[in-house]
Amino acid sequence: MARDNTIKKVLVIGSGPIVIGQAAEFDYAGTQACRSLKEEGIEVVLVNSNPATIMTDKEIADEVYIEPLTVKALEQIIEKERPDSVLPTLGGQAGLNLGMELEESGFLAAHGVRLIGTTAQTIKKAEDRQEFKDTMEKIGEPVAASKVVHDVEEGVRFTNTIGYPVVLRPAYTLGGSGGGIANDENELREILQNGLRLSRVHEVLVERCIAGWKEIEYEVMRDAAGNCITVCNMENIDPVGVHTGDSIVVAPSQTLSDKEYQMLRSSALNIISELGITGGCNVQYALHPTSFEYCVIEVNPRVSRSSALASKATGYPIAKVAAKIALGYTLDEIKNAITQKTYASFEPMLDYCVVKIPRLPFDKFITAKRTLTTQMKATGEVMSICDSFEGALMKAIRSLEQNVESLLSVDFSSLTEEWLLRELAIVDDLRIYRIAEALRRNISYKKLHEITQIDIWFIDKLKILVEMEQRLKSEELVPELLAEAKRIEFPDTAIAMLTERTPEQVRALRKQWGIEAAFKMVDTCAAEFEAATPYYYSVFGRENEAAGERTKKKVLVLGSGPIRIGQGIEFDYCSVHATWAFAREGYETIIINNNPETVSTDFDIADKLYFEPLTAEDVENVVRIEHPDGAVVQFGGQTAIKLTESLMRMGVPILGTKAEDVDAAEDRELFDEILEKTRIPRAAGGTVFTTAEARTVANRLGYPVLVRPSYVLGGQGMQIAWGDAEIEQFMEVINRVAQDHPILVDKYLQGKEIEVDAVCDGTDILIPGIMEHIERTGVHSGDSISVYPAQTISEKIQDTLVEYTRRLAAALHVRGLINIQFIVMDEQVYVIEVNPRSSRTVPYISKVTGIPIVDVATKVILGHSLQELGYTPGLAPKGDYVAVKMPVFSFEKLRGAEISLGPEMKSTGECLGIAKTFTEALFKAFLGAGIILPKHRQMILTVKDADKPEAVGVAKRFAGLGYKIYATRSTAKYLQEHGVDALWVNKITQESPNVMDLILGHKIDLVIDTPTQGHGDKSRDGFLIRRNAIETGVYCITAMDTANALATSLESEPERFTLVDIATVKNI
Amino acid sequence: MQAKLILEDGTVFTGASIGSTRTTISEIVFNTSMTGYLEVLTDPSYAGQAVAMTYPLIGNYGVTPDMESGRSWVDGYIVRELSRQASNFRCEGSLSDFLLAQDIPGICGIDTRALVKLLRDKGTMNGMITTEAVEVGEVLPQIRAYEVGDVVSRVTCRKSTVLPGKGYRVALLDLGAKKSIAQALNERGCEVTVYPAHTPAQRILDSMPDGIMLSNGPGDPKSCTDIIEQIKLLYESDVPIFAICLGHQLMALANGADTHKMKYGHRGGNHPVKDAETGRVYISSQNHGYVVDVESLPKDVAVPSFTNVNDGTNEGLRYLNKNIFTVQFHPEASPGPLDSGVLFDRFIEMMGDA
Repeated sequence: MARDNTIKKVLVIGSGPIVIGQAAEFDYAGTQACRSLKEEGIEVVLVNSNPATIMTDKEIADEVYIEPLTVKALEQIIEKERPDSVLPTLGGQAGLNLGMELEESGFLAAHGVRLIGTTAQTIKKAEDRQEFKDTMEKIGEPVAASKVVHDVEEGVRFTNTIGYPVVLRPAYTLGGSGGGIANDENELREILQNGLRLSRVHEVLVERCIAGWKEIEYEVMRDAAGNCITVCNMENIDPVGVHTGDSIVVAPSQTLSDKEYQMLRSSALNIISELGITGGCNVQYALHPTSFEYCVIEVNPRVSRSSALASKATGYPIAKVAAKIALGYTLDEIKNAITQKTYASFEPMLDYCVVKIPRLPFDKFITAKRTLTTQMKATGEVMSICDSFEGALMKAIRSLEQNVESLLSVDFSSLTEEWLLRELAIVDDLRIYRIAEALRRNISYKKLHEITQIDIWFIDKLKILVEMEQRLKSEELVPELLAEAKRIEFPDTAIAMLTERTPEQVRALRKQWGIEAAFKMVDTCAAEFEAATPYYYSVFGRENEAAGERTKKKVLVLGSGPIRIGQGIEFDYCSVHATWAFAREGYETIIINNNPETVSTDFDIADKLYFEPLTAEDVENVVRIEHPDGAVVQFGGQTAIKLTESLMRMGVPILGTKAEDVDAAEDRELFDEILEKTRIPRAAGGTVFTTAEARTVANRLGYPVLVRPSYVLGGQGMQIAWGDAEIEQFMEVINRVAQDHPILVDKYLQGKEIEVDAVCDGTDILIPGIMEHIERTGVHSGDSISVYPAQTISEKIQDTLVEYTRRLAAALHVRGLINIQFIVMDEQVYVIEVNPRSSRTVPYISKVTGIPIVDVATKVILGHSLQELGYTPGLAPKGDYVAVKMPVFSFEKLRGAEISLGPEMKSTGECLGIAKTFTEALFKAFLGAGIILPKHRQMILTVKDADKPEAVGVAKRFAGLGYKIYATRSTAKYLQEHGVDALWVNKITQESPNVMDLILGHKIDLVIDTPTQGHGDKSRDGFLIRRNAIETGVYCITAMDTANALATSLESEPERFTLVDIATVKNI
Repeated sequence: MQAKLILEDGTVFTGASIGSTRTTISEIVFNTSMTGYLEVLTDPSYAGQAVAMTYPLIGNYGVTPDMESGRSWVDGYIVRELSRQASNFRCEGSLSDFLLAQDIPGICGIDTRALVKLLRDKGTMNGMITTEAVEVGEVLPQIRAYEVGDVVSRVTCRKSTVLPGKGYRVALLDLGAKKSIAQALNERGCEVTVYPAHTPAQRILDSMPDGIMLSNGPGDPKSCTDIIEQIKLLYESDVPIFAICLGHQLMALANGADTHKMKYGHRGGNHPVKDAETGRVYISSQNHGYVVDVESLPKDVAVPSFTNVNDGTNEGLRYLNKNIFTVQFHPEASPGPLDSGVLFDRFIEMMGDA
């Protein structure tokens, strides 16, 4: 079959903002697919509400709409653009659902548009619980038997037909309370009775228990002619029970014999054939550990996080091939882009081992439960490749950038054996460190397997690592031992610690003994064919395949590692654009990164890709082979910046702003000097060590004050103190960890927050636009609603902002990007923070201004001047549009996490609203973030005293929108006194019906709860309200400014949207 | 103990000895399957060869009952890493003990990818695995002189046996047959009589089988001159015939076609083959170093039925005006994908039609 020539214009649906469970992998898949479509001469229309993505660039699609992913917006886009087809399988679940809705409503048919990639019927068969079950039964593929029961006897009868143990899941209880595992009838009766009582609808799902089975995944492809292949299979080290996104995963499977492997492979092909999927599909299995019995857990009829991982693990570009299949090509007609010799119908064969470890956000959400369950919690992941499992695991651990470098990095040695055994049963992100500790104490494999259900093959591998620790500690470090330690990827730092040397000494020994890293290729075919565009991973003790040949100048671009809160997809956007810009300037480009979800680790972005951890040692291995002419660190976020010093030591010139200038911006004293010199004001403050000093400074400045440790990222540990008591409390918390640097106490200025990104060529600056935050200072900039262009500042302030930016860029000798945050208060401008590097607003501001900031910055770094590039220095003229960037959170996924906004960043992603007017842009931004209101027109308002006057205004606006307002005693009283018709409702601690019943009753649209400062009982009450609101799916606002913005948006809901094609935005 | 792999071009890989410590000279080939090492070790088609596994972690699930014959036939075994811990519910022992028990010499810890690249670039080579301190220059002539020779006689069964079944009666000519072939027929109800490779055709025909199956096997097909003569007789009969791998090559040779040695062959479980009739692509299990020259086959005798998607080589033939079809790949899988198992059904149908 050949390409279907009736397909000429395709609408591709993206996945929207980054949230836990739907991260950068869809930008990767979407970008790859769009490029693949364009290669075929297809006109691509793209819609995605997420402005930080590469797929929303005008280079990737012909028409780009950064619009809310709603049916209404899509219908309008289809009416305007008239595509002949919609491709919904690349935008995750969000994209798939939208495609389905458009199809089912008949809209697509009415407009002569068809779904390609997969049919609506297929999606339904895979997604609808009952249809899926029926389909699997029809083709004889087992699923875990389950049934919804309404009384105990029904449950007992059903369980007798499927056998014990069973899992019981009561419907509609918070966080699955009342559920459990029943091993016999007595337990079943007891749990079931309780569960039925707790369930609002008196329903409990009884399901065959498959916890502890091996979890295996297959990535399969199928074309319209019915040809199927598997791209890769993967084995979760954590057995069934932990979401695969939170599991440590290895590819290919390690503990399956060919019989098991082929049994599941055949099953996966059966399923994809029966579902009639054309494109990629992911099938998850539970495999009984001691028999051939298996169950199909889930099928994803689209590209997914797992398919991104499989693509990077094998080199097989699933999204690209899926796009070609959607156009009608068959697998045997599509060339394998890596080998250029084989075809897409050739199943990849690995000659290495891949390990993925999730990046979990518990460092940001210290109150959140660490336990890993079937609800995914990871924000991102790292992948590593090596020729041994041990090596791949060790590399993955240090790729996490969580201050871990080996199995010794999390210390459980102080636990008694009894405690250790007990804690081994806890399934969380620290479990492998506990297992390692248990292995150090010679606890048997059998015992460990009994407790954890982890296959002993993996346990033995951990034991090999533990044995190496012991050998390094006890034996003389001879060449053989060092070579063996390096073969299983012990970093120099860990070897140094274990052998009581310095890392430099270990490095010197390696040099002396010739123990150096070599690089091997990922080529999809286990070396059977020569590869055209492979990528590389390091191993020790083997032949090097990465020839460092030199035809032109080489630049090293450092990636940004795993997606985490505070360092998201934006930095991948910057890295990729910088790479492209360098290539256009005639450079050979080299990327080092370890994040399998990103565009930067796609095989054809840079000339060479090294899939490696981003530590000094790993980077040096690449440098030793490639000898780059320079490295650029300003695009890769904090990960890359951190490596600056090491790169300089390796003799690699840093391109752009110099390291000492970066440092000057971070160091309090140096920065103060610069501010002094440039006569730029900042909030008054002082540096302190003790609580007494802090109190003195705070009282001198006057409350409120901002307290924070120096040298932290993303506002970690930052707090606003409103009185002496809080100073004492915060200082106590901060000083629990010994502080190398003074603690900063600054006057907290509650003003307007302004953010500026600029490019400086050493002489001139270019400011594409000025952004204004909706929330006043005190909320982290990444969590604030940001508006471009600034709506409420005067001409004078604007001039001051431009002037200050110019002075700071000059003082810091910036060459490339600079990001500055300002406070505007009483017509005065103060500087908060300066970052001489790319920021998370760069992609968004590039798109809404039409100025390719990264491209310009890269050219400037290479010596071009702004004027020469055709830009007029200073602030670029405002565009025709207003753009509102809305933060998006994933709080519902993280049980126990505090959701109130403050100086520490908490959002996982963002979306954009862009329109002719501010109000419409704001409306779209809320909509894009999933805030679809009103529903029930009922809300709860409970605010701290300081916010009460403002709350009156807010309440009046919502009342005007038809909202019924509930408030707890003091808020209600205050509102009533000020003419608001507020209904008084009991607090949580008071008798029912209280505020909690209201929330759990699913009749509330919105909770506005501004947290009291400090951590008293009152705040605990608020915490519970906020948590329960989030977990019930109620939108919860914790800042008055956000509440007003929402009111504004709801007051001005537009009939139709103004659609803005980003590809046409230009404001020069 | 240290072991060396010395290739005929003088390249030396140094690693650790696994299995037997005796010295062996053989042809060095590589297999890209990520699972199924036991099936590979016990596949008689590897007689005369040492197999290098491209997947670096071997032995993970130990020794399971998944044997393709009663013993291991490889002349040597080359892996990157042999797992010290075997884990699988069917595991009966470690692979390392198995190699010892089977007296298979091997080497681990070498850069298998570098070896594969050499074989890919220079073509299949002879090599020696040894634990002795040999002078490379001295042993090279010996290594170069090695020839796989008549391995079919070595691996075929000594006398015929019957695997009972209630359906069609199939004669299986054992040229080095994998157990899975007979098993696939058994599973479809056939009674399978296994004949030694040198059984006269007439004896087989006298037993009035419903169908004849020519199996896989080792070595250069052209060296099987006697067997080819017998297969000519089988061709002349009207008994339906299905042939796999060596059997496929011998049937082609019996009909005047030529075969040639490939640069480094196809060994793995990931090769796409395209059905000429339906256009359908199957992922196949493969193990062959020789291939039929389609051009050399008289057009009125047979037409290609399967072609390798990657390199366009012949993967199957359909004989005209005959109930005969043959394939180069392995529909019995083991190891590898089960996708083309449907060919056995086709054979059953053919016996029904005949």
